[in-house]
Amino acid sequence: MSLALIAALPFLGALTPALTQRFGRSIATVTIAVFTATALALILQHLPAIMAGQAVTTQIAWLPSLGLNANFRLDGLSLLFSLLILGIGLLIQAYACFYLDASEPYARFLTYLMLFQGAMLGIVLSDNILLLLVFWELTSLSSFLLIGFWSHLPQARQGARMALATTGAGGLAMIAGLMILGHIVGSYDLSAILSQKAAIQASPLYLPALILILLGAFTKSAQFPFHFWLPHAMAAPTPVSAYLHSATMVKAGLFLMARLWPVLSGTPEWFWIVTGAGLITMAFAAKVALFKDDLKAILAYSTVSHLGLITFLLGLGTKTAATAAIFHIICHATFKAALFMLAGIVDHATHIRDIRALGGLRRAMPISFGLATIATLAMAGIPPLNGFLSKEMMLEEAAHTAPWIIPALATIAALLSVAYALRFLTYTFLGPTPAYAHAPHDPTPGLWLPPAILVVLVVATGLAPMPLTAWLVDVATAATTGAPIHANIALWHGLDPPALWMSLAVIGGAIVTLGLYPALRRIWDATPKPQAKAIFDASLTGLTQTAATLIEKLHNGSLSRAFSLALLTILTLGFYAYHSAESLPGTRALTPIALAPAVGVALLITAAIAATTLHRKRLLALLLVGIVGLILSAGFAYLSAPDLALTQIAVEVVTIALMLLALNFLPKTTPRKTAALRKARDAALAVTTGVATAALAYALMMREAIFPPISAFHLAQSVPGAGGHNAVNTIIVDFRGYDTYGEIIVLGIAALLIFALTENLLGTKWATRPHQTAGDAGDPHPILLQTATRLILPMAMLVGCYLFLRGHNQPGGGFVAGLVFAIGFVLQYIASGQDWTAARRRIPYHAMIGAGVLVASATGVGSFLAGRPFLTSNYTHIQLPPLQDFELATAALFDLGVFLCVLGAVMLALDALARLAKPQEGR
Amino acid sequence: MEILIASAIGTLTTCGIYLMLRARTFPVILGLSLLSYAVNLFLFISGRIKLNAPPIIGSGAYTDPLPQALVLTAIVISFGMTAVLVIMALGAYLTAGHDRIDLYADKEKAIKASARIRGHESDSRAEDQP
Repeated sequence: MSLALIAALPFLGALTPALTQRFGRSIATVTIAVFTATALALILQHLPAIMAGQAVTTQIAWLPSLGLNANFRLDGLSLLFSLLILGIGLLIQAYACFYLDASEPYARFLTYLMLFQGAMLGIVLSDNILLLLVFWELTSLSSFLLIGFWSHLPQARQGARMALATTGAGGLAMIAGLMILGHIVGSYDLSAILSQKAAIQASPLYLPALILILLGAFTKSAQFPFHFWLPHAMAAPTPVSAYLHSATMVKAGLFLMARLWPVLSGTPEWFWIVTGAGLITMAFAAKVALFKDDLKAILAYSTVSHLGLITFLLGLGTKTAATAAIFHIICHATFKAALFMLAGIVDHATHIRDIRALGGLRRAMPISFGLATIATLAMAGIPPLNGFLSKEMMLEEAAHTAPWIIPALATIAALLSVAYALRFLTYTFLGPTPAYAHAPHDPTPGLWLPPAILVVLVVATGLAPMPLTAWLVDVATAATTGAPIHANIALWHGLDPPALWMSLAVIGGAIVTLGLYPALRRIWDATPKPQAKAIFDASLTGLTQTAATLIEKLHNGSLSRAFSLALLTILTLGFYAYHSAESLPGTRALTPIALAPAVGVALLITAAIAATTLHRKRLLALLLVGIVGLILSAGFAYLSAPDLALTQIAVEVVTIALMLLALNFLPKTTPRKTAALRKARDAALAVTTGVATAALAYALMMREAIFPPISAFHLAQSVPGAGGHNAVNTIIVDFRGYDTYGEIIVLGIAALLIFALTENLLGTKWATRPHQTAGDAGDPHPILLQTATRLILPMAMLVGCYLFLRGHNQPGGGFVAGLVFAIGFVLQYIASGQDWTAARRRIPYHAMIGAGVLVASATGVGSFLAGRPFLTSNYTHIQLPPLQDFELATAALFDLGVFLCVLGAVMLALDALARLAKPQEGR
Repeated sequence: MEILIASAIGTLTTCGIYLMLRARTFPVILGLSLLSYAVNLFLFISGRIKLNAPPIIGSGAYTDPLPQALVLTAIVISFGMTAVLVIMALGAYLTAGHDRIDLYADKEKAIKASARIRGHESDSRAEDQP
């Protein structure tokens, strides 16, 4: 369970800032830091096992039938990334505590940050690719929130949108790719996939899967040509840039490539795509970084370049290259996160991010200068810092790779990176001091300590790489490549390796480049460059407009048209299905026709047709529809469905009452305006659908079910299993109780919606004055009606109670009982008006709905106490001396919930309408 | 009997759909009621027709109880749906001053409205530019 707990810890931590923010930001920060630190400690607790070459796993079957398991796995590679995520995460939390302004919603920031941390940790700990996908998308979402944190800035919103669109689109491609991978292997578990190298690479689907997965990895890790979102993501607060866009999230793509390295790498396709993309990204981004002036833009392009470097190494497919890649992940995370934090410090101190306007900060900010110098030199790859070691390993790998263009490009990229690093440092800290608006000074230790810790690591791992990092590189590389490995990282390899000479060339070239910088800058400024943002915006606008045009074609605001189109589609599909499939012959015998039902059906058809032809007279049409409903309920009784008959007749009464109330406002007639052609068209459509439906119904009734219906089980189990003789009721409250539970909630929500709409209406000015017809009816509340309804109410309630109590064994139940009660109350409304009735109502209808749902829920939860699943019912026989032996089922309690909910919902809806109908004062 | 019920279903469907294709709210609501009847009846007869066999245990012969249970809840839910529609229709009538269901009665208005929406969108985009 421990790994799942570790993955859950940041998410739990994400909940705390809302509670702790009132105690101040230090407490809030410390609280989430405790969660992160606990996760880190729990990870480290597994260290001995991992060092021994084992992997720690946790397996939770989630949806095993879909292959979706919450399987977690901690091996060398996930260990490395977990340490980065949690370790740097702690430093970022401390830094953010001092970085963000007091006026900013700090708790929200921490919550986003922890959400991201959890998602990222989930990616690296997942042992199931479907689970990994979930976390992958979560990182995209949480990074969207973090980049757009300063949502008042347009750049922040646009950068967030661009990052989400790009990484989200890549994520979609990756979903497809991973699905293909799972399909080839027959399992979505990473451990199973990683052991199937031969099968995957022999599959014809290997190349599509590879391309799709790499699309996901390249968009996430900002590889060319998907690098454009990362510089725009720099609109985020600096702690976010330091955390997501240097140390962790952008490395998720690298992690995925490393994770799938054993099964995907080693083929020419892998080599050319990955190495090519990495090399181009590395050189191209380094060149752009040289010509950027914004502190964070330089660092962003530098990050892109370094990500390209690691991608390049992973693409080479050799074990030594993988070792170098892993080592550079560590080095880059340390120096780049430190540099971002230092850039944030400079920005804080001077409010300037353009390095041309900066300078001379070495005097005003000596601590920052010292730290920045070390981190920048590490970025440039100057000995004896860790960046030098990994860069030399990279050059060594490149030197041994054909064709010549690879080492050449790698050398040029390295050269450029030295150049931009030196430019970054000299422009910011050296040179003359311009006149600053506020005298800059070093920040509080809270801001410079976190980068300082990283800088110490940069120096230490540079001076003593073997004792400090070799163990981590070894286990991570072994987990990546699937074979044990012993890295040999050293500052000095002698005079032989080509990397030494390349490094020298790099430094020499960089100095020359900086010497020629003004000339180069003029050329750069003069050359036209494709603007990624403009292209992105244009394609986004194009897509939106295409969608708008399409929607306008389909939905021009005419509901009748949309409905006709939908009907036509359904009809076409139906006819197609009918013609393309075989059908069985009808084997059932016709049921003989009796006189009474024949008359009933004739009446029903007449009433329906009359309602349609006379629909302009609305009151008449409504009454005719009511007749249809009444005949239908008689029909249900005839066709062995007494429960349906009861329900239908009760619903009919309340429905007609409701519609009458509504008709009180609406015009009483429909004007004749429809063109004859349109009428004919509508009639043709309606008749075709009607005939098709009748034919379908007839065909269905004449055939036996192909599979035996489940109801045999319901009938057999009704008495022994559910303790009721009425099979319909036992299905509603027991066998399919969950359905009913959902349905009463829907009904309650519908009633609340009606209430809300009415409240809204009562608060607005009406464009149309309601039709007041009170005068037409003479006395609105005749005394005779009032007296009769008072008598009817207790009788209705008695009938309702009776129906409710016998419902489990005889026709009846909560639904009908609720409706009968409602009818009794509605009569009071009709006879005495809303005011009179509302004044005598003690329980509000909302409370009734709520109580109903609560009673039903409590019954459901009650079965947990008996150790059974939700809504398992139980019953017992009770004997009270004067009464017959009767059963007491928990299902009856559930039915009580149904009763309350139905009663409350019906009454709330009618009461809302009645309140509208009341004459409004001052309107 | 089957023929009678099938024709009842067919008639209810035809009338329901014809009314739902009208351009005013009240006929549409009536049409929806008729169509609900048709749908409920259709669902119900998927258990086939069996006379004098209510699914009350003890009587010997039973019809299929499951469609009945489904239709029972469907009847109650369709009341909720009708009620929501009625209040929406009422609100639309009271606030808009007419009870047409179509958003735009004539084409010109529709074009104008969509142009307004477009214009609004491009405004907000312009605002987005740094």
